[in-house]
Order: sequence, then structure tokens, then C-alpha cells
Amino acid sequence: MAALLEVKDLVVNFALRGGELTALNGISFSLNQGERLGLVGESGAGKSVAGFSIINLISKPGYIAGGRVLFQGREISVLPFAQLRGIRGNLITMVFQDPMMTLNPVLTVGTQMIETLQAHQRISDRDAADIAVDKLRQVHIPSPERRLEQYPHEFSGGMRQRIIIAIALLNNPQLIIADEPTTALDVTIQAEIMDLFVELCNQQEMGLILITHDLAVVYETTEKIAVMYAGQIVEQGPTEEVVSSPMHPYTQGLIAALPQGDQRGTRLNQIPGTMPTLTSIPAGCSFHPRCSQAREICSRQTPALKPGQARERLVACHMLHQ
Amino acid sequence: MEHAARNTSTPLMRVDRLYKTFDISGGLLEQLAWSDGRLRRVKTVVKAINNVSFDIFEGETFSVVGESGCGKSTLGRTVIGLHTPDSGRVDYDQARIDTLSPRQMLPYRRRMQMVFQDPYASLNPRKRVVKILEEPLRFHFPELSSGEARDRLEEVMLQVGGDPQWLSRLPHEFSGGQRQRISIARSLVVDPEFVVADEPISALDVSIQAQILNLMLEAQEQRGLTYLFIAHDLSVVEHISTRVAVMYLGTVCELAETSELFSNPRHPYTQALLSAIPRLGHKRGKHLKPKEEHRERLKIDIRMISRMSWSSWASWPRRHLSAHRNVTAV
Repeated sequence: MAALLEVKDLVVNFALRGGELTALNGISFSLNQGERLGLVGESGAGKSVAGFSIINLISKPGYIAGGRVLFQGREISVLPFAQLRGIRGNLITMVFQDPMMTLNPVLTVGTQMIETLQAHQRISDRDAADIAVDKLRQVHIPSPERRLEQYPHEFSGGMRQRIIIAIALLNNPQLIIADEPTTALDVTIQAEIMDLFVELCNQQEMGLILITHDLAVVYETTEKIAVMYAGQIVEQGPTEEVVSSPMHPYTQGLIAALPQGDQRGTRLNQIPGTMPTLTSIPAGCSFHPRCSQAREICSRQTPALKPGQARERLVACHMLHQ
Repeated sequence: MEHAARNTSTPLMRVDRLYKTFDISGGLLEQLAWSDGRLRRVKTVVKAINNVSFDIFEGETFSVVGESGCGKSTLGRTVIGLHTPDSGRVDYDQARIDTLSPRQMLPYRRRMQMVFQDPYASLNPRKRVVKILEEPLRFHFPELSSGEARDRLEEVMLQVGGDPQWLSRLPHEFSGGQRQRISIARSLVVDPEFVVADEPISALDVSIQAQILNLMLEAQEQRGLTYLFIAHDLSVVEHISTRVAVMYLGTVCELAETSELFSNPRHPYTQALLSAIPRLGHKRGKHLKPKEEHRERLKIDIRMISRMSWSSWASWPRRHLSAHRNVTAV
């Protein structure tokens, strides 16, 4: 079976007056039908750019400088705008972070949902409204018929995010890309939204790419994980294994930095320093200035993402490939 | 800068039956409404803090947790005197402080400091770091010579893990974590006893959060600080607190020792809140998930609670909170 999505050596550059900046430096991953992948990293790691670049939503001065994106075996990174439109919002949909910003405040929820359907299907208003009601019900919004008439401001943050998910589901997509979908929400609502994602993915065999900085959310939601640092994937593998035995020093540091319930009041393990900005990515392994295990080779040579002990696990670190 | 030993059985801060409401009725025209054939004037009031009492002892880290809109930040601001309470009292070091005049409050303003959530908003972008730190120092210690003041600034800069050279730079030259170090330096420079930290790490990246938490723990150890720590991240709260108060819709629904609260939550809201935190599996990859039948029950709890806390945005008080209405005939 062909993979649902294959990203191969994707490079995204930003052409600025001062020169080219590389935001994504050759990332590769794949996703099967119904699989859930977490893209984790701190701000500036390039995880959002990675998500956007899948459906070529990178706007100028950014552009895809290399690599390929294959969706159901078809290369979509080179498609012209008109054909890309048939995929965006249809086969691949996105859910963004801020539910306040994503909905149009001057249109009713119903109008926005019907519009999305009619952009991709020849369908009457009435049929479209029926589908909209059905999708709102799927995301557990009570009395959906009445809700269609309402404006976004009449909903709470969590409900708005549900509506956005319902809109993302309208055309029965194969893949949802969710960029920090719960960061603006409270924890109890976050728990509900993540439960909803898992439920929908299981029901409809939908793929999910969850972009977040929160390792714990990824741990609870996804099957695969890719940890990003400074525009590269540094570690990749099954979520359970990566979290329980991280191999890359950065992943190890991230996990060790989280407070554990049983060590109250003690110092946390911190990673010294900060993520480099795009203008000052160090030579060699981009993590080496912050890495406690760094040796001479790390500052000279960029480590490739290679299999670790198990075949499905990939790690980019010199220390593990000697 | 010595810290006199105080009797630890009397609280450093005592908050007693505190109430704070905000009037959100708007202008006169917005207040007018027809009902029963008469024109009435309706006042809409949000109870941000609704009968809250607790003690904070010297040297402890007292945390207040809750979801957005529960009143935790208002509580922090009220106990430190940035808001005046409607009723109830706040005692600090056995003296009542909520009724003091601004002038009488001055010595307490030095002893109680605040660290804010967003280090991008809390530092004046047009001032160099030296000005930002010097202003409170000069204000509270006018007798210091400029040489002494400079020494104090450099000392505190080093203590927060910064560099004395940072002093001559502007806030925009720093990253979020560095800015938060500077705002902590600003609060520490006047040598406070009590620090209210309002979500000090929630705007920061994960690897930076650990750095700032360590810094706060070190400062507490070195200076004997007492913290009122306001947060929504329960795993952080569990790590640093001695006691935790859980707030919900303006009231404290549970207050307990940290280990007690996390191992044996009593209030249904606390239970729902704890069950909602995503956690990494323990070291061996064993993940503690509630049993299926518990999960079902918890789901119902969470749903019930979130219905009442659809509160993240500005519109919540009017809509969902127990907005309290006083109706008077015009």
C-alpha cells in the first residue's frame, strides 16, 4: 500500500534582502492512511513551516526550494494554483491555532460552512446545510440546526475550535494538518478537542499531522513523532518508544526538562542556551553548542538522519552512529 | 539585606473573605432596559473574586491554579494592592494593607513585588535595561549613590543568570527567556520578601521554562522569598509548590498541601482538571491512564465543567458566568 503522504527532502527558503534563509533544511517523513503524526519543536524550529509547506501555503518571500511532497502517490508540490485549490480544503485540510482569527466574524457559521462545501462540490444550499449540520453533530455541538444561524462571537473558544474542525471535515478529507490546535485553549477543553481528533481519525481513517510544542499532548494523541530543531528533524519514530527512550540529546533534554511529579522542589534539568535563529544556525550539528555530549566532529559535520537501534527509529546524531 | 527570622506560625499574608467585582454594565444608555412596561436601569456585575480566604506562610510557594477567567490573576493583583477589594481584608506581616493610602503603602510596595506573564509587554521597549532596573531601585532607595546603585544592578543581573553588559541594551535585543530574566531582576532588585508571579513561564518555550523555574527556585533559596505563584500548568505547579489553591469561577474550590491535592483530589472540579492534564509516561514508558469506566465518568465531568467555563474570551462575563444583576427602577 502506498503511503498517504510522503515528504522527501523538503527544503523551504526565504529570500530576504540580506540573503537566503533556510527555514526547512531537508525534512522527510511519511504517513499512512489513518495514522497520526506529531511534529514537535520549540518556537522557531520550523514545525509550522513544515505543516504549511505540505499544501504549499508558504507565502512570499518564502518558497519551496527543493524536495517533493507526494500525496497518494501524486506529486503536489509542483501543482499549479488552480489544481492545488482542488486539494486544499478538500483532500487535505488545516486547523489553525487561534479559533478567533480563523472564522470570519461577519458571516454566520452556516454561511462559512456552505461556502466551503460549494467551493468543492456542485451542491444546493439545502443539501450543503444538511451536511454542515451532520458535521457539527460529529464534533459534538449541541442543537446544530440552531447553531448554523449564529455568528462566531456567540461561541466560546472551545466551541469555535470545534466548528473549525467541523469545517475541516466537510469534504471528508484524507488528511488534517492541525497547527497548535489547542494552544489557545484551557486544559480541560484541550483534553476534549484532542479526544475528538482521535475519535474522528479512528472513525474515518483520516491521517492527522499534529503540530505542537507540547510533548505530552503528542504523547497522548499520536502514533508517530518527529522532533524538530532549527529546521531539521533530529529524531523520528513511534511515539511511545521515542518518549520512553529518547536517543537524540535534544529530545532527551526536552523530556528531562519537564517537571516530574515525584521530584518536588528540586532543580529541573535544563538545556542551556536557546534555539539559534535562522540567521545564525551553527555549522555542523545545529544543536552542538547546547549539547553536553558534543565532540569535535559535531561542529564540523552535519549528522544525517539515520536508523538507530530499531529500524523505524531515525536519529541525527554523530554519537549514535560510530 | 538580612532577613529577620519571623515566627513561622503566623502567616506572612492573610487574606480574609475577599470580594472583588467589576462593573461591566457600560454607559448609561447601555444600562437602560425595558421590562414589565417600565424603563429600568440594569447594572451587570462580574464577581471576579467571590469570598476567598487563605494564609500564606513565610518561605512557602503558594500556588493558585485555574482556567482562564477564573479570577486567579485578579486575586494576585488584589492581594498586592493593584486592585482595591470590595470587601474583606488583606493583612501582610500582621498589618492590614488593603485600606492604606498610597503613601502608607509605599514600604509594602518594596516588600511585595510582581513578575508578569508576558515579558514582551512588561518591559518598556524604549528604555534600556539599566533604566528599567534603576527606576524601582532609585525610587525605593533614594539614599544610594550612583556607584552603589550600579553595583546592585550588576549583582542582580548576575544572579538572574544575565550579564552586566545586558544593562546597556534595549528589550528588543533579547529573547523571551532573557526578557523574563530581566523582569525577574526588576522585581528582585529592591530586595522584596514576597513575590507574586503571574504565569511567569507560560509564554516561554519548554526548554526555557525549566531555566526560569530553576532561577526562581534559586532566588527563593538565596533570599528566603515567599511566592504566590499563579499558573494554569498543573505539572509545573506540582513541581514547585508547597500548597495549592484551585480556583473556579471566582472561588477557591479546594486548597491543600501539594502532595495531598495531587494524590487525593477531593473536589470534582479538581479531579476533572487533574484528569485533563496530558502527561508523559513515566520513565519506563508506563503511562497512567484512567481505566475505561473512569474515563467515561471523567468525560462527563469535564463536559459539565467546560460548559461553565466557556470563558476564554472577553465576552464571557455577560454570557456564562453567574453574572449578578442589580435591578433598580429609574
